[in-house]
Amino acid sequence: MEKEQITKLLSNNFAGNNFGDVMIVGGGISGIQAALDLGTAGFKVYLVDKAPTIGGHMSQLDKTFPTNDCSMCIESPKFVECNRHPNIELMTYSEVDRVEGQAGDFKVTLVKKARYIDETKCTGCTTCVEYCPVVYPDQFNQGISKNKAIHIYFAQAIPLKPYIDESCLYLKEGKCRICEGICNNNAIDFNITPKQVVVRVGAIILSPGYEPYNPKLRGEYHYGEFVNVVTSMDYERLLCATGPYEGEILRASDKKHPHKIAWLHCVGSRQVLPGGNSYCSAVCCTYTQKQVILTKDHDADATCTIFHNDIRSYGKDFERFYQRTEKLPGIQFIRSYASIVKEDPVTKNVTVRYATFDEGIKEEEFDMVVLSVGLTPPADAGSLADKFGIELNEHGFCKTNPANPMETTRRGIFISGAFQGPLDIPESVLTASGAGAQCGELLDYRRGNLAQERVYPPERDVSQEELKVGVYVCHCGANIGRIVDVPATVQYSLTLPNVVHAEESLFICSTEAAAMLAKDIEERGLNRVIVAACTPRTHEPLFRDTLREAGINQYYFEFANIREHCSWVHSKEKEAATQKAQKSIRMSVARARLLEPLQEFTLPVNKNALVVGGGVAGMTSALSIANQGHHVYLVEKEQELGGIARRLHYTLDGLDVQAFLHDLLLKVYQHPLIHVFNGATFEEASGYVGNFVTKVKSEGRVTEIKHGAIVIATGAEIYQPTEYLYGEDERVLTHLELEEQVVKGNEQVVSAKSIVMIQCVGCRNEDRNYCSRICCQESIKNALTLKEINHGMDVYILYRDIRTYGFKEDYYREAASKEVRFIRYEPDYRPQVEAGEDDDGRPVLKVVVPDPVLNKTLELDADLVVLAAAVIPSERRKEITQLFKVALSPDEFFQEAHVKLRPVDFGAEGIYLCGFAHYPKLLSETISQAYGAAGRALTLLSNDTVVAPGSVCEVDVSRCMGCGECVSACTYGAITLNQRSKKAEVNTVLCKGDGLCNAKCPPGAINLKHYTDEQLLSQIDACFSDLEEIRL
Amino acid sequence: MSSEGIFKPQLVGIICNWCCYGGADLAGVSRFQYPPYLNIVRVMCSGRVDMKHIFRAFLNGADGVFVGGCHLGDCHYITEGNYDALNMVQLSKKILELIGVNPQRLRIEWVSAGEGIRYANIMNEFLKQVEGFGPLGKGEGLDENELKVKLNNICKLIPYIKVTEKEKLKVRKIDNDEDHNSLFTLDEVDKLLNEVVSYYIDPAKCQACMTCARRCPADAIISAKGQIHIIDQDKCIKCGTCFEVCPPKFAAGTKLAAGEPVPPPVPEGERTVLRKSKEQAAN
Repeated sequence: MEKEQITKLLSNNFAGNNFGDVMIVGGGISGIQAALDLGTAGFKVYLVDKAPTIGGHMSQLDKTFPTNDCSMCIESPKFVECNRHPNIELMTYSEVDRVEGQAGDFKVTLVKKARYIDETKCTGCTTCVEYCPVVYPDQFNQGISKNKAIHIYFAQAIPLKPYIDESCLYLKEGKCRICEGICNNNAIDFNITPKQVVVRVGAIILSPGYEPYNPKLRGEYHYGEFVNVVTSMDYERLLCATGPYEGEILRASDKKHPHKIAWLHCVGSRQVLPGGNSYCSAVCCTYTQKQVILTKDHDADATCTIFHNDIRSYGKDFERFYQRTEKLPGIQFIRSYASIVKEDPVTKNVTVRYATFDEGIKEEEFDMVVLSVGLTPPADAGSLADKFGIELNEHGFCKTNPANPMETTRRGIFISGAFQGPLDIPESVLTASGAGAQCGELLDYRRGNLAQERVYPPERDVSQEELKVGVYVCHCGANIGRIVDVPATVQYSLTLPNVVHAEESLFICSTEAAAMLAKDIEERGLNRVIVAACTPRTHEPLFRDTLREAGINQYYFEFANIREHCSWVHSKEKEAATQKAQKSIRMSVARARLLEPLQEFTLPVNKNALVVGGGVAGMTSALSIANQGHHVYLVEKEQELGGIARRLHYTLDGLDVQAFLHDLLLKVYQHPLIHVFNGATFEEASGYVGNFVTKVKSEGRVTEIKHGAIVIATGAEIYQPTEYLYGEDERVLTHLELEEQVVKGNEQVVSAKSIVMIQCVGCRNEDRNYCSRICCQESIKNALTLKEINHGMDVYILYRDIRTYGFKEDYYREAASKEVRFIRYEPDYRPQVEAGEDDDGRPVLKVVVPDPVLNKTLELDADLVVLAAAVIPSERRKEITQLFKVALSPDEFFQEAHVKLRPVDFGAEGIYLCGFAHYPKLLSETISQAYGAAGRALTLLSNDTVVAPGSVCEVDVSRCMGCGECVSACTYGAITLNQRSKKAEVNTVLCKGDGLCNAKCPPGAINLKHYTDEQLLSQIDACFSDLEEIRL
Repeated sequence: MSSEGIFKPQLVGIICNWCCYGGADLAGVSRFQYPPYLNIVRVMCSGRVDMKHIFRAFLNGADGVFVGGCHLGDCHYITEGNYDALNMVQLSKKILELIGVNPQRLRIEWVSAGEGIRYANIMNEFLKQVEGFGPLGKGEGLDENELKVKLNNICKLIPYIKVTEKEKLKVRKIDNDEDHNSLFTLDEVDKLLNEVVSYYIDPAKCQACMTCARRCPADAIISAKGQIHIIDQDKCIKCGTCFEVCPPKFAAGTKLAAGEPVPPPVPEGERTVLRKSKEQAAN
């Protein structure tokens, strides 16, 4: 049936209903990612948020760890993408009322709250906001600054329309209505009432996020009482250029800069106390470090003290981030419980009491105290659970399945993001892609039925127009504006030839700015656009799209990077940075004058996928892709599938790993669309997104596989220790070896009198400067199991920091309560292990370790010493990088495209990543990521074509001398030499736009469009001289 | 030079989108600081960087030029253009050395998208080094105009250099600095620059068949029907195409060794060809 017919049929039979495939409830970064993935994979999506805009908590953050990327800068392009996506319907300021039906056919009733604004009439001019007399604490700024009863939620909000909240005088007392009179477009309408909307969808994803812990629940923090005690979320806003004081960190009491600031860790986390939460919130250690670094950026002389418990730097690159923070001058990390004791009545300084090993109890006064608050379930988690008929866990987060953390207790309803429990941004993103993949499995039969294509206006022919360049210089909040003199740079731009318009913008990436840009293109007749802002690597697609929407060719756009390459790296040289920014713009103008309109073309997508690595990650991913109707070639180097999971038997959360693995293997082997290659090696790999060709050798036979996508799931290895007598004394095992022996019931192990476990073996050192993430859980899991079997056994865990993040903290507590003894050691004083005898003359291993808490050296007699051996990068990493052209990170795990927002994509298109290959992670996290990779792969495989850029090579035949240098340079085989005319010819479908041929060509006859010699030389010339002197 | 008299060098960097640009972005995101002397031109692959770009920058007075790409073996493209970039830079360094310019003003480095700190370290080191060299030419004690003339000549010779050195410019898989450094020897580059051939059409043999004129990629052959063809030596890029395509029965195309003067062109008005066939018919 044709799509139109179906739509018609649907609307005839169910008049008044809205039809979609998936509803996503919660428009934070997780919901946004799920919507974009599903929308691109051919589903009609409803994205619902109870706030007046999408964005969630991420939009409130200043920067994101561990790269300190600007949070709004990386998130807001996604807002725009959602808003423009033909398959995403945004429903902001709306709440779900009830849900009926079952998987495949849910009927969701929502209430669209009254904004009291007719969105079709409102232009977003905000005159009403100016005139509104009601001043009210601004929610977005954590109530620190004031806003009006009628206001826009934040500058990049989608939709960018104001709303009237409950503080409105008219709504409360029936008087005022000033805004109504002031609005020129009569957009304000107090007669608007909440509206009921019914939407029918096949599946639902819940991504309601989290609520920051409210420290008022425990009086000891004096939050709300002492004015200079703030939460970390308050502090994010204080740091942020769009915050209450425009990026100035000021004290509420006197509006002065605090110079001495303390952070208190674990506020509302790791507390078994009334009002507290027993779990670890997983993100606070690292976000505190981020806030410390940013504080030092704001004020180099600030002193920062962090009162902490274990430092949990368990994520990718977190350890380095911690070290970087520690090394800053004026920074002190104090491992102590700290309490807030008093506020000075005059200075309003806050006194903190804490304990030190050397000096005992101390009190110290600070200008400001930041509470590193934890993450709690969304405020409405209970009612959400009731409405959607799902169960919650004992902490009030969603109850999930350890073998599938995106699954709820109700079929057809999935979850993503922090509703699973405390998660950071990349995990929120990848679980969104993973939940998307599972919706795809459920609804594959209807994929594409409701989806629509994006339509752009026809392109304006500007070839006969005179050059009209528009230059937009972005402040990026204060990221650029604080260093580069933006107004002067705008003035400078106006002096450049052909520049007819230049202006500044607070955030050029906001929807508002994009609309203004589009309007300028039409009204001012701009035919070249330069944005001087951040990096084209993240934001170029957004602006190119804006040009398309405004009806001019997208290749008329040019970026000048004055943030990453200027303000951020020359922050101490404002004048020189301004000059450099102006030079960058001059170079861009030179280039823009020579830009030509290019047409993109589409390439077919091969619908098959190649999955490299047959561990749990690879198999899960393969299965999800195959369940969505695609052939999957699963290539494993070993004879057997299963990877490291073959050595695991149980997990902390109670999963029987071998049973799970058996089930997974069965599904993989029985799946008609999965083709397994065991004991396989790669002969060669070539191709590009949508069209890869890989030769696999298995059982002596070489098979050529054509496929559109690749998932890299090559896993990692376990470090073979060389320390602590490992390999010399058979009583020294690794944690995985212990697990095997416990399961086998090895008498020597289960009836041992004493076992000493040593953490951080082979990592968190100079050679491997990262935390292996899984070992603390692994050791505690083994300790608990041993205690279960043999209650009398002495189990010691020698650790540096116990990193049982999230709900795993409960097992740490359980182990401690079962008398597993945790002894901390310092990296400079590692435990010593040697063979010896105990007091009874029994042969034992003597473990000597200095205990910094007791300040004495302990000597432990151990029957077994168990080493928490590091997870180390796969031996095959180099082979894989060279075969598939993907990158490694400094620790030599694979490097994702973007740490925060593209955690399972590679920079190279069409290639995805999951499991240990990315970084060590727990089994449930591996499963999430594997589904995530499948979800991302489906955004490609669901489409018949992929758009190839217009930047390809072309030959000027009159200048071609027929030497054939370009032909031999192009290993893509895109260039041939016409034997008759002796001229080179380009097959643009095969051209990848690298431009090597261009550099090889002696007379310059072959040109890479968009990077022609003329364009590049004009930039080079403009770098050193004024444009007037340069010939066009 | 700035007003305070402190030398602030000006450089240009041409770097690839996938690795080095990513590394530069990461350096920014991480707030690693380095001096503001270098502006970036972004290309998709370091293999796109042409010798023309480098010498044009120096001709413009650049105090240094930076080329950045992916680590060898990690090129985003299967063309592995970073090897070609490396070879081209090695040759360019030797040329700079021969004309008296400190070859260390040209630098090529590999930076992955994950190596923000490496990018910042390289920038700090290189920019400070160039600062130490002083302004281009002056730092070397060269006469400004003389240097310009030399650089201009090199710019004109680039097509010829590409043709002559094409085999070495595409060498692959050499993995140590020594091999890179000795890929082109100074003697050999000296010879390359000083023994430049010229092409000339023997007016006595030219039959005005237009073949060479049609095939000349530089549009350097002055030709018309029945008129003896002349090579405009200013436009000629010395690719040798005319020499190769001149029909053997005429053999008018002539390659002149270095030092051999190109005879002056036949004056206009005296270029009418006496066709052999017509001569024969007349006889």
